[in-house]
Amino acid sequence: MKDTGQPVIAPEAGGRPAEDRSAVIELRGATASLGSRPVLRGVDLTVRSGEVVALLGANGSGKSTAVRSVIGQVPLTSGDLALFGTPFRRFKDWARVGYVPQRTTAAGGVPATIREVVTAGRLARTKLGLLRKADRAAVHHALELVGMADRVKDSVNALSGGQHQRVLIARALAGEPDLLIMDEPMAGVDLASQEVLASALREQVGRGATVLLVLHELGPLEPLIDRAVVLRDGCVVHDGPPPEAVGQHALPGHDHVHPHADAAAEPLRTGLLS
Amino acid sequence: MEMLDFAFMQRALIAALIVGITAPAIGIYLVQRRQALMGDGIGHVALTGVGLGFLLNTSPVWVATAVAVVGSVVMELIRWYGKTRGDLALAMLFYGGMAGGVMLMNLSDAGSSANLGTYLFGSITTVSPQDMTTIYVLAALVLAITVGLRRQLFAVCQDEEFARVTGLPVRLLNLLIAVTAAVTVTVAMRVVGLLLVSALMVIPVAAAQQISRSFAVTFATAVAIGVAVTLTGTTASYYVDVPSGATIVLFAIALFVVFTALATPLARRRAAAAGKGCTLEVPASRTAEDDVRV
Repeated sequence: MKDTGQPVIAPEAGGRPAEDRSAVIELRGATASLGSRPVLRGVDLTVRSGEVVALLGANGSGKSTAVRSVIGQVPLTSGDLALFGTPFRRFKDWARVGYVPQRTTAAGGVPATIREVVTAGRLARTKLGLLRKADRAAVHHALELVGMADRVKDSVNALSGGQHQRVLIARALAGEPDLLIMDEPMAGVDLASQEVLASALREQVGRGATVLLVLHELGPLEPLIDRAVVLRDGCVVHDGPPPEAVGQHALPGHDHVHPHADAAAEPLRTGLLS
Repeated sequence: MEMLDFAFMQRALIAALIVGITAPAIGIYLVQRRQALMGDGIGHVALTGVGLGFLLNTSPVWVATAVAVVGSVVMELIRWYGKTRGDLALAMLFYGGMAGGVMLMNLSDAGSSANLGTYLFGSITTVSPQDMTTIYVLAALVLAITVGLRRQLFAVCQDEEFARVTGLPVRLLNLLIAVTAAVTVTVAMRVVGLLLVSALMVIPVAAAQQISRSFAVTFATAVAIGVAVTLTGTTASYYVDVPSGATIVLFAIALFVVFTALATPLARRRAAAAGKGCTLEVPASRTAEDDVRV
């Protein structure tokens, strides 16, 4: 269990024998490109069992590409990837992974209820898609965690951005994953939903789940995060305790989503990365 | 019900019932994947199969099924690898399939231009007992896949990337959808024709989703609409001498219009049930400075 009230001690600081725990994600010298543009230029990223790691960086720094390569959606041009100690090519145990994609407005072309969408996240734990009592219970529990259990019969097309994000997180939680990977879960999410998401995440961390999340900034999740990895131009520039917020960013309750002002340091945003 | 005394009408009604069930059952996944026109493309390609069947003097339905399946697999491969040029490649395939079919039919002795029309627009009363066996077998296959694998197919069509991360065999399921759509096209070929088959895959789904909020209800309603229009269309074409395919499609469009008209008051009632609206009202005695002048 993590004590979220205390300052988090980074694994390197010796607070916990992090090296003793098995690596859940192991990315070594990873390079990847989108089109002809190199996006990752030799990224090393290790996430150990029970850790909560935030991947930070400006737009276009490659943080989304990094998580998408971890789940096999962006092929690595070189480097190695292992999940739960298994080389990626032989990894089959997808039921242990819960994924929350960057929120898209593109819903399917046919209406679907919240329960139908969240149930899709349980499929990996079922045999041939047959739902048993335990599966229905897991779906219901996931919906309770994000505070949407009273709206199971509503169409997902009629939800606000924050509610939609809560449904996508419930979908990932329905499979009771050991590893939770989230791509910008807080982007464009209202304050109430952010708090719900933070408490849902706290529950997952409490039961021992490993979490890797892409964030634009730490925000309300800060107390949960053990370690931050900062990317710039496809390279890791920081790997350690979460960076201290400075200036206006340090104000309590400060949360915003905006492109970073330092445009010269950033490659042009092509839209391919998001 | 004197029409039921005729064996050809019995066959026609059974074929219509089967098509009314199977076409929306696979069509819903195509609509969910935003590929509503895929059935139309497969129909074009299947015509080459019909022509080939006539030329080889074998059953046009089976050859059409084989060619449509190959065509649908090629379409799926273009979707994976084609990227930006994909739509042009698909256009080649569609019109090549159509032109090839007309050419092959012209080359064969049996395939006259009159025959061509029955395949393009359907000729439900000419369904033969042999055709029926084919239709039964293929329809059973389509239903087994669309109902039996509904959760997997739903996941793939709703969010392909998420489905891959869940470990579902996404490529296999996508191929299965393509092949099932191809089989459905050839099942429906004699009933509504290759040019109109896609309508029966798409319009019942479009009508059903006007009034439903869930995938399951949309599925059931679409199938009900499909059965209703194929049966009434076939019956109408018996009593009034009109082509069955066109009648069925026009009935489906009429139902779509009715459902759309029903949808607005329904949505309003649901919104009212979900919560009372805003209670703030503009005060009756508005002062002049509230008015904005330009």
